[in-house]
Amino acid sequence: MTLSTAAPPAGPAEKAPARGRPGRRPIRRAFLRDWQLYTLAIVPLAFFVIFRYAPMIGNIIAFRRFQPGGSMFGGTWVGLRYFEMFLADPTFWRVFTNTVIIGLLSTVVCFPLPIVLALMLNEVRNHAFKRFVQSVSYLPHFLSTVVVAAIVMQLLTVDGPVNQLLSFTGGPPVAFLQEADLFRTIYVSSEVWQTVGWGTIIYLAALTTIDEQLYESAKIDGAGRLRQIWHVTLPGIRPTIITLLVLNIGTFMAVGFEKILLLYNPATYPTADVISTYLYRLGVVSGNFSYATAIGLFEAVIGLVMVFGANLLSRRTVGASLW
Amino acid sequence: MVSRVRWVNATLLIGVVVVTLYPFFNIVARSFSAEKYIVSGQVNLWPKGFNLTTYQIVMSDPVFWINYRNTVVYTVVATAISMVVTTCYAYVLSKPHLRGRKVLIGVAVFTMFFSGGLIPQYVLISNLGLTNTIWSIVLPNAISVFNLLVMKTFFEGLPRELEEAAAIDGMNTYGILAKIVLPLSKAVLATMVLFYAVSFWNSWFPAFLYLDKIEMFPVTIYLRNLIAGATGAESAGANPDVHSEIMQVASNIQAVTIILTILPILMIYPFVQRFFVSGVMLGAVKG
Repeated sequence: MTLSTAAPPAGPAEKAPARGRPGRRPIRRAFLRDWQLYTLAIVPLAFFVIFRYAPMIGNIIAFRRFQPGGSMFGGTWVGLRYFEMFLADPTFWRVFTNTVIIGLLSTVVCFPLPIVLALMLNEVRNHAFKRFVQSVSYLPHFLSTVVVAAIVMQLLTVDGPVNQLLSFTGGPPVAFLQEADLFRTIYVSSEVWQTVGWGTIIYLAALTTIDEQLYESAKIDGAGRLRQIWHVTLPGIRPTIITLLVLNIGTFMAVGFEKILLLYNPATYPTADVISTYLYRLGVVSGNFSYATAIGLFEAVIGLVMVFGANLLSRRTVGASLW
Repeated sequence: MVSRVRWVNATLLIGVVVVTLYPFFNIVARSFSAEKYIVSGQVNLWPKGFNLTTYQIVMSDPVFWINYRNTVVYTVVATAISMVVTTCYAYVLSKPHLRGRKVLIGVAVFTMFFSGGLIPQYVLISNLGLTNTIWSIVLPNAISVFNLLVMKTFFEGLPRELEEAAAIDGMNTYGILAKIVLPLSKAVLATMVLFYAVSFWNSWFPAFLYLDKIEMFPVTIYLRNLIAGATGAESAGANPDVHSEIMQVASNIQAVTIILTILPILMIYPFVQRFFVSGVMLGAVKG
């Protein structure tokens, strides 16, 4: 992800020399000069066209009656029929609500924690200890979603450590993954475990750019460690925080589809089923391709609008932009 | 006052370390424990009824090794292809004078924010006849836009003079890329290889979608099928005794399979971790 933390100077500065250029080179000349470079772009462009843009166009099956096994561009036009169908589908609204709730919960919990951890790491003066904590906390980031799901299941089985802890308090064992009420807690906790350490990297980098003199003058003004964090450190990483927040808000609907697919089951559908898992079951499992595509397109468009909206908002209010 | 804050801070950080590592130690303890102690909830951080039988069971399953080998093959092939394609495009995008550069960047970046979606992608792969081939795993994820932008940023930071001198000497673009640019980029290339390799090693969903032959599964699907069999409500059979027995065996074997799956990553992790961190830093800087 490219993050511009100082957008206002970068934007105009990039454009100024382009305007000052004495007339653009004709396309033919540019091609004759750089044709070898363009040839290097052929295969990557083919990749993007085939595997990224063709599926976008393939969304037209949301407006057609598509037969499984048929061509991506086959079928007869049915207009907005499938959109009307899912808007009237109570299950759709349930999974929509679940997506929003899980997305919001994940953002609210998983976004601030790396900042806190980065601030804590920043206070550590012993380098070996700091590096050790960092190494350990990054580790879960490198695990496959399948492994994380398997670990979650092992911890939560009837004979697992969490139930062992419960038995000390005299409670009966709980089949955690069968409890709809607990699914979101389990999901968000595992997200925290997996992402909190890795999320500190960018903040730690931003922290190194804060001017030491600011701390010195804060100290002279009589500020303790905590007040220094509040008045110097946090303002210092504010642009980074805001940029990442924009990105997070923009993509909050893109919940961890793979992990939910591995962890949920019919008993937890009421709280765990999200748009992407629902359309997976509708499309891939049951073969209702057009219907599932309509839902997928709806979600993708919302996602796009959210990213652009969040970016616009942050550009207007704080001058930080993703691009 | 200051020293008290520092002690609280250190204690909390030790807590973070414990919470992060605890699941690993628990899984390791389970993998070496006898079934009966696991079932009765007695295994926590230390194995009880130490044995290697579970390891022998898993490692004597030919399917496990076939799937493990598949993971290695998929990772190597996919990483190699991804590296070639990503390097070429990143190099093109790093040339500020190139006509149409902004469009070429836009083509890539737009896909970060809008995707065709699961079903059209699935239909496309079927239409192309890639289902049940290695290409369904390798090709659809050949370029990670994040990695692409990291490489582009790196190339942009290379000194221009060397390339210009080589061009004046009559070397063509391909030669400059292969003989001048790439040797200067070993650090970023290593980072990218690791990024891609870890993501392909860990990947399971494309295989889950597009492969349905057991002998083609990667090891992640082997593990998924174990845990799906052990927990999914669909496996809740009529006979509770049979069911619970299946669950216990799977629980034991799961621990071993988890460990064997993450072992390669755990072994290289201490040595390569800094590459990952530097990669993220590069990606975080505006290109």
